[in-house]
Amino acid sequence: VTDRRVEDLLRAYAPQVLGVLVRRYGDFSDAEDAVQEALLAAALQWPRDGVPDNPKAWLVTVAGRRLTDHIRSETARRRREDEMAVLDPVETRPEVGDRDDTLTQFFLCCHPALSAPSQVALTLRAVGGLTTAEIAAAFLVPEATMAQRISRAKKSIQGAGFPRPQELDDRMRVVLHVLYLIFNEGYTATSGPQLQRTDLTGEAIRLTRLMYALRPQDGEVAGLLALMLLTDARRSARTGPDGELIPLADQDRSRWNTGAIAEGTAIVERTLSTARLGPYQVQAAIAAVHAEASQAADTDWKQILSLYHLLQRLAPNPVVLLNQAVAEAMVMGPQAGLARLDTLAADDRLAGNHRVDAVRAHLLEMAGDRDGARSAYLAAARRTTSLPEQRYLQQRAAELA
Amino acid sequence: MKYLLLIHLNPTFFETLSQEDRDAVFAGHDELIKLLKETGEMVGFAALADPANTKTVRVRDEAPVITDGPFVEAKEFLAGYYVVECESVERAAELAAMIPDAKYTAIEVRPVMESGGMEM
Repeated sequence: VTDRRVEDLLRAYAPQVLGVLVRRYGDFSDAEDAVQEALLAAALQWPRDGVPDNPKAWLVTVAGRRLTDHIRSETARRRREDEMAVLDPVETRPEVGDRDDTLTQFFLCCHPALSAPSQVALTLRAVGGLTTAEIAAAFLVPEATMAQRISRAKKSIQGAGFPRPQELDDRMRVVLHVLYLIFNEGYTATSGPQLQRTDLTGEAIRLTRLMYALRPQDGEVAGLLALMLLTDARRSARTGPDGELIPLADQDRSRWNTGAIAEGTAIVERTLSTARLGPYQVQAAIAAVHAEASQAADTDWKQILSLYHLLQRLAPNPVVLLNQAVAEAMVMGPQAGLARLDTLAADDRLAGNHRVDAVRAHLLEMAGDRDGARSAYLAAARRTTSLPEQRYLQQRAAELA
Repeated sequence: MKYLLLIHLNPTFFETLSQEDRDAVFAGHDELIKLLKETGEMVGFAALADPANTKTVRVRDEAPVITDGPFVEAKEFLAGYYVVECESVERAAELAAMIPDAKYTAIEVRPVMESGGMEM
C-alpha cells in the first residue's frame, strides 16, 4: 500500500470516525484529539502492515481506546483532586449514518462563535483530517500557534450541537465561505517556498465535493464546487516560470485544464436550470463564460456583464462593482468603465483598496492614456500588500514608461 | 493578515526608569507573550541587543564591506518586535497598545506582504 493511498483513505474516514466517537462519548474536543492520534497511528502502521479489513472499525477502536484511557486518567485525576468520581464514560446511542456525522462536523467547525481563521483551521483538522503541523505549514504560522488556535476553538464550541432548523441556511453559508477561504488561500499562492499551500486548493475541492455529495440539492454547494473547478483549471497558466502573475487576458489557454472546465461547466449548467439561484452559481457561470473562450478576444463580455448585474442584485458588494466596471469597459468602451469607477470612488468600503487603482490603470491604458495608466499602476503597487501583485503592477507601469 | 509591531526606543532610555517601572515593562511583555500564545495570534517576537553590538554590511564591487555600528544615525533604534497574525489592522493596533513600551515611546504597526496574489 502506498502512503498516498493510506493518507487519502484516512482523510476520508476522519469525519466519520469523529462522528461515531462524539456520539458515543459526547465530548467533541477530546474525541477530536483521540481521532488525530488514531490517524497518526494508522499512518505509521498501515503502509507497513497493510490496511485492515475494516479500516473504519480499526480507527474507531483505536480512537475509542485513546479516549477512554484519557477519560480514565482524567477521572483518576479528578478523584485524587476532590475525591469525587463522577464520570460515567460510555453512553451508547443508536448510530445514525456517516453522512449526518460529516455534516455535523462541518456545522460544528463552522460555528459562528469562531473567528474565520479558527473555522478554517478546525475544519481542516476535524473534517479534513490534516495534522496541526500541516495546517500550520500551509498558513505559514508556527505549529504551537496553530495548535493553540485549534484548542481554543474547540473550547469555545464545547457543548454546541447541531444547528436548529431555522439556523441551517445561515450555517450553510458559513460552511461555504470557509471552504471558499481555504480554496483561495491555496489558489492565490504562487510558486516557490509556498508550493505546499496549493495543496489547500485540492483539499478545498475535496471537502466541497464531500459537501456536494451530502447536499446535492443545494445549488450554492454545486455553484461553489463549479467555481472552484473552473478557477483551479487555470492554475498552471496563471503564473509564469518565476512565479509572476499572468492576467487572464494573457494566459496560454492551451494550459487550462479542460477536464476541470468540462466538469465545472456541466455542474453549473445543470444547477442553474434546477436550483434556486445564488451568488456562487453566478460567479461559476462567469468563470464558465471565460473558460469557453479559446482566446481572450472571443470572450462573451456581454454575457459576463449581464451576469455581473445579476450578481450585484443577489449579493451587493463593491468588489463585484469593480469587476462590473471592467466588463462595462469591454462591452461599451473604457470611458463607460471609468465613469463607473468614479461612482465607486466614493464608496467607503473601497477606500484605500489597491484594486480600484489597478482597474483604473487598466482602463486608462485601454483608453490610450499612458501617463495616467502608469501613475495609477504605481499607486496600486504602493498600496497592495501582496508581493506578486506588486511585482505585476510595477512591471505594467515600467512597460508604459 | 500578519503585522510586524516595531518597538523604537532610545537605548539609554531604560537607564532613566525606576527599578519598579523597569520591572513593569518586563512583566508587561511576559503578559503580552502569554496572551498572544493563548489567542493563537503569535507568530514570533524578539528583543534586540543594544545598537552598540550592531554590524552593518554593504556589498560594493561584489565584495562585502562590514562596519561597526548601525546603518541609520538616530537617537531611537529598533529595540524589539512582535509578529502577530490577526483579523484586522484595528486588532493589530490594539495589540500594539498592549506593548508596555508604548507608554514611553511609539510602536509602529506594519503589514507584512503576503506571498499570494490574484491574477488581474
